[in-house]
Amino acid sequence: MNHYLASHVAGLPPSGIRKFFDLVATMKDVISLGVGEPDFVTPWTVRESGIFSLEQGQTMYTSNAGLLELREELSHHLTKTLGLCYNPLNEILVTAGASEAVDLVMRAVLNPGDVVLVPDPSYVSYAPCAILAGASVRYVPTHAKENFRLRVADLNQMYTPNAKLLVLSYPNNPTGAIMCREDLIPIAEFVTKHDLLVLADDIYSDLTYEGRHVSFASLPGMHDRTLFVSGFSKSYAMTGWRIGYVAGHSDLISGLTKIHQYTMLCAPIMGQIAALEALRSASEAKDDMVTAYDRRRRLMVHGFRQMGLDCFEPLGAFYVFPDISKTNLSSEAFAEELLREEKVAVVPGTAFGPSGEGYIRCSYAYSIEQLQEALIRISQFVERRLSKL
Amino acid sequence: MLTEEDHRLLKLIAEDCRLTPEQLSVQTGLTPDYIRKRIIDWEKEKVIVGYQPMINWARTNEERVSALIEVRVLPQRGYGFDKIAKRIQKFPEIKALFLMSGGYDLSLLIEGKTMQEVALFVAEKLAPLEHVQSTATHFVLRRYKQDGVELMGEEETIQRLVVSP
Ligand SMILES: Cc1ncc(COP(=O)(O)O)c(C=O)c1O
Repeated sequence: MNHYLASHVAGLPPSGIRKFFDLVATMKDVISLGVGEPDFVTPWTVRESGIFSLEQGQTMYTSNAGLLELREELSHHLTKTLGLCYNPLNEILVTAGASEAVDLVMRAVLNPGDVVLVPDPSYVSYAPCAILAGASVRYVPTHAKENFRLRVADLNQMYTPNAKLLVLSYPNNPTGAIMCREDLIPIAEFVTKHDLLVLADDIYSDLTYEGRHVSFASLPGMHDRTLFVSGFSKSYAMTGWRIGYVAGHSDLISGLTKIHQYTMLCAPIMGQIAALEALRSASEAKDDMVTAYDRRRRLMVHGFRQMGLDCFEPLGAFYVFPDISKTNLSSEAFAEELLREEKVAVVPGTAFGPSGEGYIRCSYAYSIEQLQEALIRISQFVERRLSKL
Repeated sequence: MLTEEDHRLLKLIAEDCRLTPEQLSVQTGLTPDYIRKRIIDWEKEKVIVGYQPMINWARTNEERVSALIEVRVLPQRGYGFDKIAKRIQKFPEIKALFLMSGGYDLSLLIEGKTMQEVALFVAEKLAPLEHVQSTATHFVLRRYKQDGVELMGEEETIQRLVVSP
């Protein structure tokens, strides 16, 4: 029945992660470091508020934009934590996960022929969403020697006059890189010079391990140019609730809302109520999770460096991105052979873009015990490969 | 006040005191030497007062009962409750002792082999003490949660995908 598929859908390559998932699914006793979601269960107070909302019979649609109470709380939260200023009445839209928000941004601002600049490597859905919106993508490489920060020199190389939107995704999945204020200022100059919009996916903004996250939207003049996307999945361990949001200039948000009202109507109400509770009373639980991630992060970086691999120290999110090129294996081959020989699942760096070649992504959203076991197995594998050279 | 780093270190030790200074070093970024010194200081300052595993005795076949005992005492001039509390705490049967606000003064956690043994201890040792006015004994029937650990909780079986973006 393939010929029924629209050509731009048929032409979309399957996610590199999906391919790997299918392979892992056929095997037993695998330790997986392949998961991009927290290992914690949603904090109890948040779960409890979801349960209570059901008991009270809160099972209806909400307004398209989401519960006003939630948007108000989000507005406060963004001001308090990131110095951002959004009017809850018309500058914030609650979505079904940050995923929907990314899709809405692409569809609302891109015309056929427009070009989206996407840092490489980065999260898997920017390019497909851009393509589905009729635009095309240019990957802007980032480099380990630059701590995987996005640099204007690379942007200039990939720039085309058709470029309309730049994606910023920091702290970054898969590298764990962050961008501090000094790194963002030249980017702000670049987007102003070329009159670009920015999709800032700040979903990992709470998960930083040295210093606080600086949001691109908080830079002078960037409020109106930026569509700020975030969500509850990572910070509050709420992936299954499907709550995210996007904030920006009211003209843009009303454009996004048009699509949202016809395609999603509203984000799930139980999730919205739970998200409200998360903002109000789960910040301590969140901090505890950050502390736990930090321990694991240090353990992983130490572990990979002990194996003799170069491993950039991630300062955000919950991934390490070690350089496996010393083994003379491609990312895909490394991941596949590691899985077959040691039953450890990692994701090849190339799943996140061409610059991911030579790297693997390992999530540390696992218990210390699991990570230790995985490190032992990976080091046996690496040792065997290095001794063959 | 603890520095942020010391706070993290102490919390880690509280969570798992089996970690060696080297392991703690990897997980905190502090040097093993610093950690060793800090632990010795904390032991001296009685910040760290012991290292104990948490044991769920109910899962063994040991006979063991515990009771919470409310005690009313007459405070003493110049000493308040401290003098009598320091005396009472000497009994090894008493595992915990708190001064309380509200309807009574001291709260004791007592452990013994049988209810009989605990009851006798209260009747023969505790109640007759000078300044003790009255006692009320509440036996523990089941421990659901202790020191933050759910003892009777159902395991939350988390089913995450094995690979996700
Ligand atoms: C950078 C990034 N953005 C967005 C998402 C999607 O998040 P949500 O669960 O809110 O749709 C993810 C999830 O892996 C992510 O890593």
